[in-house]
Amino acid sequence: MALTRLKSKDLLGLEELSPEEIALILDQAASFKEVVQRPVKKVPALRGKTVVNLFFEPSTRTSTSFSLAATRLSADVVNIATTASSITKGETLLDTVRVVEAMNLSVLIMRHTHSGSAALVAKALKASVVNAGDGMHEHPTQGLLDLYTIREHKGRLEGLEVAVIGDIAHSRVARSNIWGLTKLGARVRLCGPATMLPRELEKLAPGKVKCFTRIEEAVEGADVVNMLRLQLERQKRNLFPSTREYSRLYCLTSERLKLAQPGCLVLHPGPMNRGIEISSGVADGVQSAITEQVTNGVAVRMAVLYLLAGSENPEVAA
Amino acid sequence: MNEKAVLLDAKDIDRALTRIAHEILEHNKGTQGLALVGIKMRGDDLARRLAQKIARIEPGGEVPVGGLDISFYRDDVATRAPKAAQASQMDFAVDGKKVVLVDDVLFTGRSTRAAIAALLDYGRPACIQLAVLVDRGHREFPIHADYVGKNAPTALREKVKVELAEQGGQDRVVIFE
Repeated sequence: MALTRLKSKDLLGLEELSPEEIALILDQAASFKEVVQRPVKKVPALRGKTVVNLFFEPSTRTSTSFSLAATRLSADVVNIATTASSITKGETLLDTVRVVEAMNLSVLIMRHTHSGSAALVAKALKASVVNAGDGMHEHPTQGLLDLYTIREHKGRLEGLEVAVIGDIAHSRVARSNIWGLTKLGARVRLCGPATMLPRELEKLAPGKVKCFTRIEEAVEGADVVNMLRLQLERQKRNLFPSTREYSRLYCLTSERLKLAQPGCLVLHPGPMNRGIEISSGVADGVQSAITEQVTNGVAVRMAVLYLLAGSENPEVAA
Repeated sequence: MNEKAVLLDAKDIDRALTRIAHEILEHNKGTQGLALVGIKMRGDDLARRLAQKIARIEPGGEVPVGGLDISFYRDDVATRAPKAAQASQMDFAVDGKKVVLVDDVLFTGRSTRAAIAALLDYGRPACIQLAVLVDRGHREFPIHADYVGKNAPTALREKVKVELAEQGGQDRVVIFE
């Protein structure tokens, strides 16, 4: 019997999901991709439900993508950005989310600067919580849309060599990628300057994760290269001497991409720093699936919301 | 639940579909503007079979076939655990078409209602007709079938199950009690 629902009411990270649950979300996303490509891009699946987007960190693409996903499922959507809210007035996180819950929401989508904040909130609420990025921990829907995009292009994930390159230490996208990819049978190569590359990450999936400090070694023979954004706002910690040096050593150029497998797929979670971690030629080249990632992101988030919002009534099985 | 009776066997199903194919052609005066849309699961298998039969009866009568997954349109999505949905395949323009919805069993009429709502999100068909393999009664909505393979009065506690070769079984319709 194939799996038809998720075990948890929340999506906090890919670490907690089984390979079957990840596959269920990806399959479900395929049916929503059909929906978002037709003339009427909306289905009544979540009619009458309320979805709240609570972002304690600036975000345009993730919050827009979630809003669009919820809207296309016919849910009512409320967007709360911190600068405009009472957090600036000193309210605690749990008090804020309890106020939001008292408004009878079904799903709370949350982004926060602190790792583990989504888990804390999930424990306190009856409603489903979707982690839209918590500190340096996980960004599960980004990981899922990367998996979806890779699977769509390569037809599988099993046995693929995926290089994740950039500021691995601070990247929640990298962590979600590691969990998701290794659970579905791919191998992950992590690459970045030694100051941004915690070797302990190899222990997350022994034998399936390997660290590299030279981009040429990481890219060689790879089936997929996922370039992370250089978080310029963290540059003041002096983890590398200069942006120019970073770019010289770690920019994905067309010359370096030639070392990968022919037809190697190029991903980037955005927003891109053109000329720093990725050259314009590669970003706009035929191997790039960067804009597709955005389209797939809406379908994947629709799948997550659909599967979670229905879990309020687990006793009424089909 | 135990098997109570076999309502239709493979030959019965084939004969019923042949008759329905003829009736669709007769009613619509040929295949002009015609399209078949099956409701998943099984309805789309039956729609493909009907299209093959129609092509045999009317040479050159190629009818486009679509498959609709109605999970997102059900009126009980809010009150039951979600079911894994499949992607719909609607590779033709619905606008102005005479669409025959195809389903395996007509029961409460709620699936048909959902299918009509789903279909209208693809365009504006000229008309919608309904073909079903089995009509088991107990309608909750004002919906009726234009083409019926078999009328089978059933008790509410009974279950009607259509098994098809395409789904890995053998062709038959069984009543469980």
